[in-house]
Amino acid sequence: MTGQATLTEKLFEAKTGRRPAAGEIVVVPLDLVYAHDGTFGLAVEVMRQTPLLDRVFDPEKVALFIDHAAPAPTVAAALVHQAMRRFAREKGVKLYDVGNGISHQVVADEALVRPGYFVVGADSHTVTGGAFAAFATGVGSTDAALAIATGKLWFRVPEQVKLILDGAPPHHVMGKDIVLSIIGMVGSDGMIYKAVEYQGSGLRYVSMDSRMTISNMAVEMGAKVGLFPSDEIAREWFRVNHGLEVPRLEPDPGAEYSDELTVEMPSLEPVVAAPPNVDNVKPVTEVEGVEVDQVFIGSCTNGRYEDYVAAARILKGRRVAEGTRCVAIPASRRVYRKLLRNGIIDILVEAGCFVAYGTCGPCIGAHLGLLGQGEVAVSTTNRNFTGRMGHKESKVYLASPATAAAAAVTGKITDPRPLLRGDQPLMVVDPSYSYTP
Amino acid sequence: MAWIIRGRAWRLGDNISTDHIISGKYKFAKINKLEDMLPYVFEEVIPGFYKKVQPGDVIVAGRGFGYGSSREHAPRLLKLAGVGAVIAKSFHRIFYRNAINIGLPVIVAERIPDVTQQGDTITIDMEGGVVRNETRGVEDRFQPPPPVLLEILRAGGIVEYIKRNNRLPW
Repeated sequence: MTGQATLTEKLFEAKTGRRPAAGEIVVVPLDLVYAHDGTFGLAVEVMRQTPLLDRVFDPEKVALFIDHAAPAPTVAAALVHQAMRRFAREKGVKLYDVGNGISHQVVADEALVRPGYFVVGADSHTVTGGAFAAFATGVGSTDAALAIATGKLWFRVPEQVKLILDGAPPHHVMGKDIVLSIIGMVGSDGMIYKAVEYQGSGLRYVSMDSRMTISNMAVEMGAKVGLFPSDEIAREWFRVNHGLEVPRLEPDPGAEYSDELTVEMPSLEPVVAAPPNVDNVKPVTEVEGVEVDQVFIGSCTNGRYEDYVAAARILKGRRVAEGTRCVAIPASRRVYRKLLRNGIIDILVEAGCFVAYGTCGPCIGAHLGLLGQGEVAVSTTNRNFTGRMGHKESKVYLASPATAAAAAVTGKITDPRPLLRGDQPLMVVDPSYSYTP
Repeated sequence: MAWIIRGRAWRLGDNISTDHIISGKYKFAKINKLEDMLPYVFEEVIPGFYKKVQPGDVIVAGRGFGYGSSREHAPRLLKLAGVGAVIAKSFHRIFYRNAINIGLPVIVAERIPDVTQQGDTITIDMEGGVVRNETRGVEDRFQPPPPVLLEILRAGGIVEYIKRNNRLPW
């Protein structure tokens, strides 16, 4: 073994005092544990029926989110929300109630996730936190109950894969196009149990919003975590958004990986994942013309500022096509307010979009826009499994917000490039950037 | 005492997701009672599965079983329906962890899925690490779970383990 360490090795070493080998099982203390209304019901059941687990290890490091169906669309959901509020009051745990946002976005908005942290959430998209050089990964309800009660969990140290983003992407390419292209290359089981570490000269073109999208979909290739370094872009993001000085955390240049893969960024183009699998990835030009009933722009995958700026650059001064509907749900209050301040919500509403904020909504078929029989959606979400967003005979194409907005305008799957106004990149690295319509 | 699981095979393909096992839609309609979600298990893959499955039946699938959501409803509902074990060429990690945590045996085996057909008789020796397709006369070996995980599985999950031993496993 060389003295050179991967980012994964550095993160484990900082917590356990030594550098564990891939495959080893280690118990790690946790910096943040969270759960939401889709998974907490079972977790609280586990805690209530197990006296040893009916406690909270540290109320400051536990957070609960009402985000999957918020506000409650059914009485069943309302009952879960009630139980969560009761639990939070009783245990002194912070509850992010209706009006706050989707957990994976709010933990970034509130700087609850930071470089070097170990984070588990009772949701598979907890991996979003990898964008901040945090070892963040999803667990089930029983693991969440154990983590909330004890503040630690066992991990099998994953093999590490170096994923090089090489060169500058075309200006119309977003994080979603990058990650879908990777999933198309490796397959939905291509990275099972591995830690994917993003590196390379292309990193400097990938904004934090897009990094969150890329880390978010690590689980769609089977990975345990998708890690970005805490580089100057990440550190500047923490300074501007939170006034925080966070540590630089990067892999050593000579670190050894079990595998290595390169994405040639200049050759990327807008892509979609066609139903019914996330790895069924095609250039958007191959599926142009498919008629679209609903467009959804939102979710933990693409419900951020940059995503709606991209949509606005296509929707401004245009109308959502007759016969098509467009649902836009920014991921959190913080995102929503910035969009309001910059006039972007107005552009969306003027174009005919339905706008709400702070819920997973139709992504998991919970509420606010389910699909009918035979309907087709272009969605900026993360999964296109049969029936996920509604009727079992409905179809979902996953795409970037730019591609989604293009479909909203034409009513068909459409290459967004000719519709995009301006030639500045869709990925905006500067955290101080704000859009002027 | 040896721990042998024996049952009929339900043959499934690659990339069976937790959405295939139980769609997320039903969590918010029926979330308060797991039993009420049983009719929707494998709704699109094996309609009526909950009525057709017999206690101890074994799911035999291809690559990437348990893809997608972390919803623990998926392994819990399989167990509640009567499934005795799941054999697959590979599992997505959250499903795999959840299955162990709630006491549903999960076995990684490469050869068995290739030779198994619907209804074949499967036996699994959990401690010995041997899985056999009795109907086809094919045997495969797997890495048995480490002792503490085997104990958790045998207890019926981590909650039962903690209750029985009055301590946490680690």
